[in-house]
Amino acid sequence: MDLALQSRILFGLTLGFHIIYATIGVGMPLLLLLAETMGIVKKDQQYRLLARRLAKGYSITVAVGVVTGTIIGLQLSLLFPGFMKIAGQVISLPLFMETFAFFFEAIFLGIYLYTWSRFKKPLFHLLVLIPVAIGSGLSAFFITTVNAFMNTPQGFTIENGAIANIEPLKAMFNPATPTKVAHVLTSAYMTTAFVIAAIAAWFILRGHRNEYYKKALRLSMMVGLIFAVATAVVGDLSGKFLAAYQPEKLAAAEWHFETKTHADLLVGGTLDRTTNEVNYALRLPSMLSFLATDSFQGEVTGLNDIPKENWPPLIIHYWFDLMVGIGSFMIVLSCIFVACRIWKPQLEWNRWLLGLIVLGGPLSMLAIEFGWIFAEVGRQPWILRGYMTVAEAATTSPDVGAMLVLFSVIYALLGILTVYVLVRMARRNPVEPLLDARSEQA
Amino acid sequence: MTTEGLGISILWLFLYGYIIVASIDFGAGFFSYYGRITGKGEIINKVITRYLSPVWEVTNVFLVFFFVGIVGFFPETGYFYGTALLVPASVALVLLAIRGSFYAFSKYGNPSSHLYHFLYAATGVLIPASFSTVLTISEGGFIDMDGGVPHFLPVNLFYSPYSWAVVFLALVSVLFISASFLTYYANRAEDAQAEGVLRQWALFNSLPTIFASLLVFMALWKHNPEHFSSLMDHSIWFILSFGFFLNALRLLIVKRAYGWMFISVMLQFFTAFWGYGKSHLPYLLYPYVSFHTSVTNPTMAKFLVAAFIGGMVLLIPSLFLLMRLFIFNARYVKGKV
Repeated sequence: MDLALQSRILFGLTLGFHIIYATIGVGMPLLLLLAETMGIVKKDQQYRLLARRLAKGYSITVAVGVVTGTIIGLQLSLLFPGFMKIAGQVISLPLFMETFAFFFEAIFLGIYLYTWSRFKKPLFHLLVLIPVAIGSGLSAFFITTVNAFMNTPQGFTIENGAIANIEPLKAMFNPATPTKVAHVLTSAYMTTAFVIAAIAAWFILRGHRNEYYKKALRLSMMVGLIFAVATAVVGDLSGKFLAAYQPEKLAAAEWHFETKTHADLLVGGTLDRTTNEVNYALRLPSMLSFLATDSFQGEVTGLNDIPKENWPPLIIHYWFDLMVGIGSFMIVLSCIFVACRIWKPQLEWNRWLLGLIVLGGPLSMLAIEFGWIFAEVGRQPWILRGYMTVAEAATTSPDVGAMLVLFSVIYALLGILTVYVLVRMARRNPVEPLLDARSEQA
Repeated sequence: MTTEGLGISILWLFLYGYIIVASIDFGAGFFSYYGRITGKGEIINKVITRYLSPVWEVTNVFLVFFFVGIVGFFPETGYFYGTALLVPASVALVLLAIRGSFYAFSKYGNPSSHLYHFLYAATGVLIPASFSTVLTISEGGFIDMDGGVPHFLPVNLFYSPYSWAVVFLALVSVLFISASFLTYYANRAEDAQAEGVLRQWALFNSLPTIFASLLVFMALWKHNPEHFSSLMDHSIWFILSFGFFLNALRLLIVKRAYGWMFISVMLQFFTAFWGYGKSHLPYLLYPYVSFHTSVTNPTMAKFLVAAFIGGMVLLIPSLFLLMRLFIFNARYVKGKV
């Protein structure tokens, strides 16, 4: 294995591990905000208890998210020094601002976690959460602009191998920024909501028929539905963005070889690598044209019009399908749940429905992973599209392989321990006695 | 002031900030474990936990701020240090990951676990040691150029007396800073028992700190005579530093004015750190990266400075609020809130 490939695997591993925690990090403040607001508006202690319990678990995921985020920040220079030497000058502004957003979030999260009974009015405790939500949203925004810049670089020129004429804001607000940021934020809110819904559904299935869990499930499924739909809408816009700015990524995702109008969208299938023929796929007529151009007659660029050395790996078709498939499944599932709640209340606690909701939590997280793998592998061979390949940017240090082993062990350990600690926390602190205590107080 | 001068001063201040807050944090982890195995844990742990809980995340940001900032202002440092430091920096990152996560695991998940606690304490001592190697490497002699590509020479680092002197200084400084802060904190909490124990530990680590500084001076004289002579040109800072140290020691011995005592300790390290930094310039990595040649493009520098000012406008009131609520809140410190 060459160093570039090893560096890619190690960086991919770090990112893949970090985004599990980062997604919850971005999504959870919103859910906490909603739960606390409901608690205050409805004068319902159960919602405040929900916020408190979620926040306890959140403190664990935040810790791991912070340390893995720190690792990414440094690994960028350690694994891709060639990239940082050139592009570091342009991306340093958003990276710097991300640190500020993170700082802001960290300060107020510290305050939030330790002031449950400090303020006379619960409203003040709620207000502390607003900077946390803003800080986490902003850090997601800034860091996503960096990734967007790598996909559609602009705001600089290259003169004699050195970077010149930098326009920092133009680089930050590049064509990929709006759809990427929107997709990252909506999918984070959606995923966090579905993860919480899965936990609540699990407890209900295990026989905890308390109103507390039902409230948690209803709130998170509602939030999940709203953001799942928003994610899909933004996903559609992302398709149009890809068609205009990164046609090779869209074409590879859809195994679309011939440039043509009325292009079909392929679902599933297999590819014959010698003839580039697709078998067993479900064809949705003209849907790719619609996704790419908003019109069934639109022309979509095919891979044959792109130099072969710039083709992304064709395997990304599967990641794309899995991401979209899970997203669609979650929209349908949450629609059914909300519909049952309104029209068929007797079906709301149906075991099959609850079982699918339990499954939906991990599935949503997998969709985040698939989506990022699709987005990142889909811009191979470039690290800076059109300017620099990954091979040119990777480190020349011979020890990447050893570091890959080291970090794999650490991530496995941290992943297992996170789950162990969270499960243990939930087991040791059952909610029922707390609810009884609170209802007696009231 | 020139942009690069401003940039490096800002970053140096943040690194100094990290050294102070991280030292308190690292040392506290070590003392809390040490207390546990020597049976003094009950006495001091309450004080330590009350301080650490709301601020541990903030500590980490100081570090991120420094390395993002230095790569932003001086992109060449990212290239040189990035290529050379893969192994040492990865080890430091792994230690940091273990420490940060295990703090949360033991604090919220499993308060009694001996293993978590041990790892938390051990990494707290190893991280300063591994980070201090970056300062060592900046003196030159541990990176050679091979066809235009920097290569790290770990064997040289391992056998260098200078490197070990710096590691030793880092360790005792961490313990000294931490113990002196916690003494002040215990005093504020009116916890006389904890104060007694922590004061002893502060005294115990005070003289080794000065001894280690002298060792570093001597080793540097051997290792990089050019920097050493520049250090002598800035000797006023080190004389000041020693003065602040003596004042801190005096207050610790007479058990008076612990607030001023800790401020003296902070000034002791600030002056020494400032003098060291000033004499290190113009090199960020001797002799390859100088801060004049590696500074980022002027447009970007302007934006970075603007972002810094904007960020500070947000941060300073927030940090102030955090301190008012926890560290400098008499009721919180005494455990009444």
